[in-house]
Amino acid sequence: MKELQSYVTAPDGVRLAVFEWGERSAATTVVLVHGYPDTHAVWRPIAEQLAERHHVVAYDVRGAGHSDAPRRVRSYTLATLEADLGAVLAEVSPDKPVHLVGHDWGSIQSWESVTGTALADRIASFTSVSGPCLDHVGQWFRSRLRRPSPRALGQLAWQGVHSWYIGYFHLPLLPPLLWRTAMVKAWPALLHAIEGVPHGSGAPTFPTDAVRGLALYRANMIPRLTRPRKRPTEIPVQVVLPQKDLYVTPAMAGQAPQPFVGRLWRRPLRAGHWAPLTHETVLAGWIDEFVDHIEGAPAAPALDRAQVRRGNDDGAESSPHAGRLVVVTGAGSGIGRATALAFADAGASVVAADLNAASAARTAQLASLLGSPRTGWHAVDVSDPAAMEEFAKAVHAEHGVPDVVVNNAGIGLGGAFLDTTTSDWDAVLGVNLMGVVHGCRLFGAMMKERGEGGHLVNIASAAAYLPSRTLSAYATSKAAVLMLTECLRAELADQGIGVSAVCPGFVNTAIAKATRYVGVSASEQEQLRGKADRLYRLRNLPPERVAEAVLRAVRENRPVVLVAAEARIGRALSRLSPGTLRFVARRDLTPR
Amino acid sequence: MLTAVRGSPGKLRADTCCADLTEQYVDTMSNKQPAWAPEDLDRFRAVQQLAYRCAEAVAATLEPGVTEKQAAQRMRHWLMENGADDWFHVPFAWFGDRTTFHRFRTPLQFFPTDKRLEEGMPFILDCAPVADGYTADIGYAGSLGGNAVQAQILEDLQEYRALILAEVRERKPLNEIYRSVDALIARHGYDNRHRVYPGRVLAHQVTRLKVRGPRAIVAGFGVRSLQTLGRELVAERIVGRSPLWADGKSSGHAPTPGLWAVEPHLGLRRVGAKFEELLVVTEDDAYWLDDDLPHVRAWGAGAAGATEPETQPEAQAGTDETGVADTATPGKARTRSRTRTTSKESAA
Repeated sequence: MKELQSYVTAPDGVRLAVFEWGERSAATTVVLVHGYPDTHAVWRPIAEQLAERHHVVAYDVRGAGHSDAPRRVRSYTLATLEADLGAVLAEVSPDKPVHLVGHDWGSIQSWESVTGTALADRIASFTSVSGPCLDHVGQWFRSRLRRPSPRALGQLAWQGVHSWYIGYFHLPLLPPLLWRTAMVKAWPALLHAIEGVPHGSGAPTFPTDAVRGLALYRANMIPRLTRPRKRPTEIPVQVVLPQKDLYVTPAMAGQAPQPFVGRLWRRPLRAGHWAPLTHETVLAGWIDEFVDHIEGAPAAPALDRAQVRRGNDDGAESSPHAGRLVVVTGAGSGIGRATALAFADAGASVVAADLNAASAARTAQLASLLGSPRTGWHAVDVSDPAAMEEFAKAVHAEHGVPDVVVNNAGIGLGGAFLDTTTSDWDAVLGVNLMGVVHGCRLFGAMMKERGEGGHLVNIASAAAYLPSRTLSAYATSKAAVLMLTECLRAELADQGIGVSAVCPGFVNTAIAKATRYVGVSASEQEQLRGKADRLYRLRNLPPERVAEAVLRAVRENRPVVLVAAEARIGRALSRLSPGTLRFVARRDLTPR
Repeated sequence: MLTAVRGSPGKLRADTCCADLTEQYVDTMSNKQPAWAPEDLDRFRAVQQLAYRCAEAVAATLEPGVTEKQAAQRMRHWLMENGADDWFHVPFAWFGDRTTFHRFRTPLQFFPTDKRLEEGMPFILDCAPVADGYTADIGYAGSLGGNAVQAQILEDLQEYRALILAEVRERKPLNEIYRSVDALIARHGYDNRHRVYPGRVLAHQVTRLKVRGPRAIVAGFGVRSLQTLGRELVAERIVGRSPLWADGKSSGHAPTPGLWAVEPHLGLRRVGAKFEELLVVTEDDAYWLDDDLPHVRAWGAGAAGATEPETQPEAQAGTDETGVADTATPGKARTRSRTRTTSKESAA
């Protein structure tokens, strides 16, 4: 891809190096602004992808790369940076407003133009990656302190921990000295080790960029954060929220703009701070999608879900699950329904699947009442590969690729192994194991192909590691699910796809009443079900507890989440004293 | 209202069946005897109307920023100004996620707090005034400016009212009815929140207070009501029954004749809703004491083109074998209200 270089002179005489890709005659111009300590090179992978459809421009910010570097700190205020952008826009797209994209400091300084008046009519849209508006942040801090809930203070403290370097950059001598010495080699190595940034993506002008760029912090941080202005904007803004950002927490980046931005889209991304170098295809796709939508095309389903809708309460909006597409199997009752509703309550779009169409539809109805932006339901037998394939295709066609898939559908079977027939085994393994396999296989492939990561949650059981003489088929199926999860987690980790198993104890759901006992008469069957149901009711463990565990598994990408004391104690015993469990397993604990 | 009813008992319809039973019961359960006389039922109905009018009046005054304590205080004042002279329990108000008793561990958490009402928030007002020994216990659910989840729950509560009545008429054991309600809750996808009430009760019996003594309040309950309840607990225990309707073995008996304050309380995530009203149980039948209540009126208004109550044949206690299926619809319940509604209108 050809990269054109030219120079633009800023109002104060500073020369800025400008780089262009693609046709200047293209209908849309995308302007990319880099952060610190980077140059335009950080955008090169994305620019090359975008250039196929747009005129793409990136420039070296003053002090970085091939641009001039004025010596005084006051030459780096947000106002001068805004003037620089104005000069570049006048040169590269004098007639049409551009679509602005900023990363890190590039995003911070772009907010100045987006929320200001000087360039407001020159900007059609703004995509912000890991760089909040400093005024919004100042206001966000103030609002948290005005209403100091434990959660709000926690978020403040967490952001404070992530912002240590800002204080460090204000120190005299030490930061430039370190940049010039130890960090010359350490910085690219750290970026590679921690963020997964590919080798050789750094600019040749590093570490000079890093030393000069310190002026950005020194000129702006203290005045803007201590005296934040109220800066609303009507320009549509897409905020990309890297979930593993070491410097900007997604809670702050997602919430801070909300009161000030009229049209806001929030897109969580399982990535670190340098997403433009690690997730270039995803980001390029999102920028492209957003630009198209702002230019008049209908929103892609994922973009539509990401739009922040007014009227929703703050709690749902700040959830990392907001705007995600979640597919839950067995969502017509019990754990599946509770999980679907918990995700809906957190602002996710929910697709409920169940063998029973009416109950799946009911779950979808409740989900949309709870504020799930788009819902759907399907009647599907998870043990039927063809039906599952059809289901996955339908979800893809209607809603796009799911971000989270919860393989929950399961059936219970109790009784002695020698009374368990082949067809009993087929039924249990078909639903409990193969249902999970189909879900992981079909949706996992979609997630991998899309490249934005995702999460698969498989509902196993405490029975997966607690042997019992009366649960051979059920426990075997669940143990298989647990191991499948562990293997798949290892396999899909590189794709950014998390895989979790949730092992609940005795949850009060319909499974107690639907469990089939082999080797007993029909009347005994009913009696056993009644007794089991009574015990489950006494245990009184609501499916909502499991639902919360599923959300936590996704949020924190946990490998295995145990729910309830019996699951934890059992797990501990299986490690400390498996003999005890074997002893207990020999007792027939079926309530009679 | 109360004096008007008192002044015109003669106009009110006597349920012959109930009257007969009353006489049978006079000897065995003296404390319940007044509940069976039609005049007494009218007095109960009047107190229940009073309580619901209080809830509606206070609900209309709720504004953003009002606290639960303020709402409860308003109910208290309204009721005392309008004829209540004692409490079964003091008025309760629950806002927001407290409508589902979210994370309630101790009974103290039922008491009103400083939680403030916000736009879109659900609320529940629950009051139980006593007037001249006649007790009402009602629950009124609403929201500030509308809440889609609560609206759905309130709509669905209609089915619970019909289900409970139908199964009581079948004289199923109370704990089985409780489980039928749980099954319906599961089908709807809600959460049973009445199990958070002390004793997990779906309903509790209400009798006429005949105890003398000071009208003090202990732990939120009127002392005289507690005395009565305590006596009932003992008396019923002796005959193997419970005045508290839960899902345990102690409720494994057919519905006890008398008055039951039935309070299905449902939740979906952080939104709760309930109604609470008196169910009259006789030896072989049951009916809701009053159908002219806010939630029933709302369902009636929702069901456009419903059968005119006047065209329905009068339900007789003796013909209920054929009417069992019918009881699942609100239509039958409405037939029972006809005379009562008119009588009240004439009384008012």
